[in-house]
Amino acid sequence: MYQYTAFDQQFVKLRAEQFRDQIERWQRGELSDEQLLPLRLQNGWYIQRYAPMARIAVPYGEISSTQLRMLARIAREYDRPDAALLAHAQATQDALQAAQPGLQLDAPPLRYGYGHFTTRTNCQFNWIPLARAPEVMELLASVQMHGIQTSGNDIRNITCDAWEGIAEDGIVDCRPFAEITRQWSSLHPEFSFLPRKFKIAFNGAREDRAAIGWYDIGLQALKNAAGEVGFTVRVGGGMGRTPLIGAVVREFLPWEQLLNYIEAIVRVYNAYGRRDNKWKARIKMLVKAEGQGFIDAVEQEWRAITLQDGAPHTITAAEFERVAGHFVVPPLVPADRPSKVDPQGQLYQRWLKQNVRGHRLAGMKTVTLSFKRPGFAPGDADADTLDALAQLAEQFSASEARLTHEQNLLLPWVFASDLPALYEAARALGLAQPNIGLLTDMIACPGGDFCSLANARSLHIAAALTERYQDLDEIFDLGPIDIHMSGCINSCGHHHSGHIGILGVDKDGKEWYQITLGGADGSLLSGPAIGGKVVGPSFSAAEVPDVIEALLDTFRAQRLPGEFFIDALRRIGHEPFKQAANGARHPKPEALLI
Amino acid sequence: MKIIAHDTPAADLPEGQVLAIANDADLAALVAGGALDGVQRIELDFPTFTDGRAYTQAVLLRRRHRFGGDIRATGDVLIDQLVHMQRSGFSSAVLAPGVDASAAQRQFERYASFYQGDVLEPRPLFARQAQAGAVLEAA
Repeated sequence: MYQYTAFDQQFVKLRAEQFRDQIERWQRGELSDEQLLPLRLQNGWYIQRYAPMARIAVPYGEISSTQLRMLARIAREYDRPDAALLAHAQATQDALQAAQPGLQLDAPPLRYGYGHFTTRTNCQFNWIPLARAPEVMELLASVQMHGIQTSGNDIRNITCDAWEGIAEDGIVDCRPFAEITRQWSSLHPEFSFLPRKFKIAFNGAREDRAAIGWYDIGLQALKNAAGEVGFTVRVGGGMGRTPLIGAVVREFLPWEQLLNYIEAIVRVYNAYGRRDNKWKARIKMLVKAEGQGFIDAVEQEWRAITLQDGAPHTITAAEFERVAGHFVVPPLVPADRPSKVDPQGQLYQRWLKQNVRGHRLAGMKTVTLSFKRPGFAPGDADADTLDALAQLAEQFSASEARLTHEQNLLLPWVFASDLPALYEAARALGLAQPNIGLLTDMIACPGGDFCSLANARSLHIAAALTERYQDLDEIFDLGPIDIHMSGCINSCGHHHSGHIGILGVDKDGKEWYQITLGGADGSLLSGPAIGGKVVGPSFSAAEVPDVIEALLDTFRAQRLPGEFFIDALRRIGHEPFKQAANGARHPKPEALLI
Repeated sequence: MKIIAHDTPAADLPEGQVLAIANDADLAALVAGGALDGVQRIELDFPTFTDGRAYTQAVLLRRRHRFGGDIRATGDVLIDQLVHMQRSGFSSAVLAPGVDASAAQRQFERYASFYQGDVLEPRPLFARQAQAGAVLEAA
């Protein structure tokens, strides 16, 4: 993986110093809250319901054992609310829970001391006081990490397929391009105050596993007939209130032109994107409104960059080779640890089927550790788990791991012969549920337990579904199915792209959930990226698990042998599913009295 | 970059030598129409400090239209955006009311250089280092 140069190291160190200077000026009253806001956002610091949230970038998902240990330390030493704050927060959440129709239980306890893996390969902490933020940024800088542009109206953390460089269906390893683009976008003077956030994703394999259709810029690497590497460029995808799939603006962009072309796109956006309405400010709205006019403007700007400016950001072969030189196969040594696992055992076999995938190198495998387990929110890893992950990666995967956009952790360099021992170690940590791609491998944002934007909580819904579907026979029988849930229309939980999407909405101070069907992220299983369709009026939190059950019952009753949920939905149409969902509504209290 | 406190009386240029350009103006049309002829200073506005259109305008004025006079930032100009402004081609800035300039200078001194090229130095880091024959050492 990429190792910082002296320049890179100095850069994040200076950035941490700059942030300390800004926080200190704010503490002295020289910066107002409003003036500090975009500055802290551009370093990944939000203020949430009860405390600040820190969003740490894991560029294109790659993380080392050393970095995982630092996240563990931050979780353990810094992600700690004081007792009064925690008591206040829990009491508020309990009151919220008590106000929900049909929900009798206490709100799940708020947790602290952990990191949360997000759909955009960031790691979030929820309880670090802002006064300690500079210290945290300095610690992160010491292990080549940062929070630069993980929020704010700028170019955000860049994501990739989690299998870049190791996939059997890989065409081009996009990690060097993602790193070159990360560097180019960092503290870009012209593009730090865009109309809205801006997200770039790369995919270098035949299958789109990076959901590139859903990105502001989605880059699909390919080779042309002459064997030259380039990108198909999509612009204007995005979720939120108006879900749109990116339009292809260029079929083949030679790789050397990558930065010049992105510069042209972002410049047109910065000049013409709407700033009067937050909900219409993403580039997707500009692309939608202008259509071919947008593409023409980008092409014209690109020509001007090339012909008039001399295309100074043309990527040189030397720079590409320098960066690509970091993304070579690391020294691989099998762990050769003893294991008592029965190789024919059903659980182990299921784990092999769901969590282990082929590798481009013979004798090697990729293993996904499942962060979808009872008692934890999707993607949560506490301090001890983060430390254990560091050790697991050291022992079994050349000290490297990757965050996936489904909020799991992938070990990219595992010897096939080490699988039984790895399984045993992962199971001891509670990370060997054989559920990757299955019903309980849900995507969920932190929702209304933490996020101040959320209209509703998502974690108690995820917990209820996880508990209900603990029978492995059942979830294996149901087959692959994407359930994605977001606590609000900002769509951090990618509900639009779920086969079943769950969206929290707020009505009269109560939590309600809109259910969508038929969304797709762009993977082979799901088909071309598309947003799901709403089944009808929203449901209460208590109803949601029953609605999911009704949808699955309909599927079970009507599926062809071996058919997947998404295929059955498309074959049969949404109507029977809608009817089943609406039939699962709970009777209203007054109806019960009659 | 010249930093001007908000309440500093302007030693102003004669009429016709200062041109204020709106954020939504068509720059190419202005240039083609001769609006920049004889202009010594262009003022670009930040209606709020989070509205970044003037950065792109300054870049285009310098890079495409070869404007050599003063480009001045006006409006909601704060300390922490001054370096972005300078790198985008601004040569002077009038601070917003109430902004204390004392923290400004150290912002310019913090970073010796940046990854991407800008108006002051069009080459990105990798091109500069290649030309200098620098060997990139590991951290």
